Amino acid sequence: MSGATVSVWNVSRSYEKARALSDVSLEVSGGELFGIIGPDGAGKTTLFRILATLLVPDAGSAMLDGLDTVNDYRAVRDRIGYMPGKFSLYQDLTVEENLSFFATVFGTTIEENYHLIADIYRQIEPFKKRRAGALSGGMKQKLALSCALIHKPRVLLLDEPTTGVDPVSRREFWDMLAKLKAEGITILVATPYMDEAERCDRIALMQNGSFLTIDTPAGIRASFDLPLYAVRSDSMFSLLADVRSFPGVESCYAFGDSHHAAFENGCVDPATLAAHLAGKGHTNVEIKKIDAGIEDCFMRFSTRGVSEERKGENR
Amino acid sequence: MSVIHTELLTKKFGSFVAVDHISFSVEEGEIFGFLGANGAGKTTAMRMLCGLSKPSFGSGIVAGFDLRHDSEKIKRSIGYMSQKFALYDDLTVRENIRLYAGIYGVPEKEIAPRIDTLLSGLGFSSERDTLVKSLPLGWKQKLAFSVAIFHNPKIVFLDEPTGGVDPVTRRQFWELIYQAASRGITVFVTTHYMDEAEYCNRVSIMVDGKIKALDTPRALRESFGCDSMDGVFHRLARGAKRTAD
Repeated sequence: MSGATVSVWNVSRSYEKARALSDVSLEVSGGELFGIIGPDGAGKTTLFRILATLLVPDAGSAMLDGLDTVNDYRAVRDRIGYMPGKFSLYQDLTVEENLSFFATVFGTTIEENYHLIADIYRQIEPFKKRRAGALSGGMKQKLALSCALIHKPRVLLLDEPTTGVDPVSRREFWDMLAKLKAEGITILVATPYMDEAERCDRIALMQNGSFLTIDTPAGIRASFDLPLYAVRSDSMFSLLADVRSFPGVESCYAFGDSHHAAFENGCVDPATLAAHLAGKGHTNVEIKKIDAGIEDCFMRFSTRGVSEERKGENR
Repeated sequence: MSVIHTELLTKKFGSFVAVDHISFSVEEGEIFGFLGANGAGKTTAMRMLCGLSKPSFGSGIVAGFDLRHDSEKIKRSIGYMSQKFALYDDLTVRENIRLYAGIYGVPEKEIAPRIDTLLSGLGFSSERDTLVKSLPLGWKQKLAFSVAIFHNPKIVFLDEPTGGVDPVTRRQFWELIYQAASRGITVFVTTHYMDEAEYCNRVSIMVDGKIKALDTPRALRESFGCDSMDGVFHRLARGAKRTAD
């Protein structure tokens, strides 16, 4: 089985006055594991609904496997497995009935493609007589993925499969996706979690209906254009304001056990900053040069966008 | 001084022990992170602490009141905010704050000036008559938090307050939490973002209904030999027997 390509050309879509997607374009290769990463309201779901043929774009077009999502929607539907963000299976059918329903609708049987879902479905098979509505969140997620896979789709569209899921279960879910990728299926995943970016071949960072950038995770990290330092002291909250007020610091954000401070190019010597912070009463100051992560990049791209917008508004 | 103190707090549903004899204390002004995998029992424990569910066994004091006998008084002394529901979409920003202020009995003549202070502090003054449904999610969450502490509760319970919020707003949200804590409000927060666990003064990790670890993030990292809270969480939660939710 080979994964299908996905192409999106200059797609826009609005709901009444709100613009959900503004002129987005994307090319995903067959067999690629592609992540669309952004917060709620970025436009991820609108894009997935267009790809799933459930929504028509206002402008632009999208193709899966060379088929247009509007004109060839029936053929597209045969090729995709779609897992919406909101649980959308039949709550009053059992686990097994849901799965066999989806197999039948697509003209196949559970047995025919069982190998594809075996790893996932085995975990919920002991509960196959239970109504879907009575499953736990984690089991619903596994059933939804099984139903999306049972007709052997060439593209999987997963809209926020891991939202609200704890870190351990999230990691297990991505392990499952890695196995499906090995089967050759093209996978598009939307997620608000920046730490999931590294599991993808390529990612698009998305905010306010636009892509901020599209690249490999490594490529995005390498594109961070300022020297970045991790800063710590014994008083982390006041440290935030004290680092920000230092001349030459472009931004400073909390990152767990340290703050990440980006310096305007070549303007700051870490030793001077350390002395400044000691002067403000900070003890055990540590400043260490680091490489940017995806979340650093997301904030850098998104705040650059915002400050340009603000300039526009204040004209 | 402890504002939350439980002893062997337990909740059973039939033969299922959702919360299994947990004993812990939270100090005044502390930011306390309440972590655990889906299904570990966090929500059930939190519902008992908020006076919404009676314990099957054990006892607890929250904001000075007994959770078995004085649950109504507890409800009046706490604030609560969750990711799932926080504000009424079809009311304006000001109407939402007024509604909550009224429910919690904030004196009538204090309400208007405090709304002004709150909105100017958030930089939202121009949005006072905007319907909440047309605000971006990040704004809603910041506003919801401010509303949850408008009546100056002793404790505010936050149930995954930053889920799905963009990274910049997520951090601004934590700055609001720090401000509230510096005013003496105790913050009890659940999250799936392990970097946020580092912002807490102390963190507990629940596994299968029990509190398996409770300490400062630094002490937990050191005692588990991990360089991040993410590592600590995986070490503990991977052994869980219960499956999600």
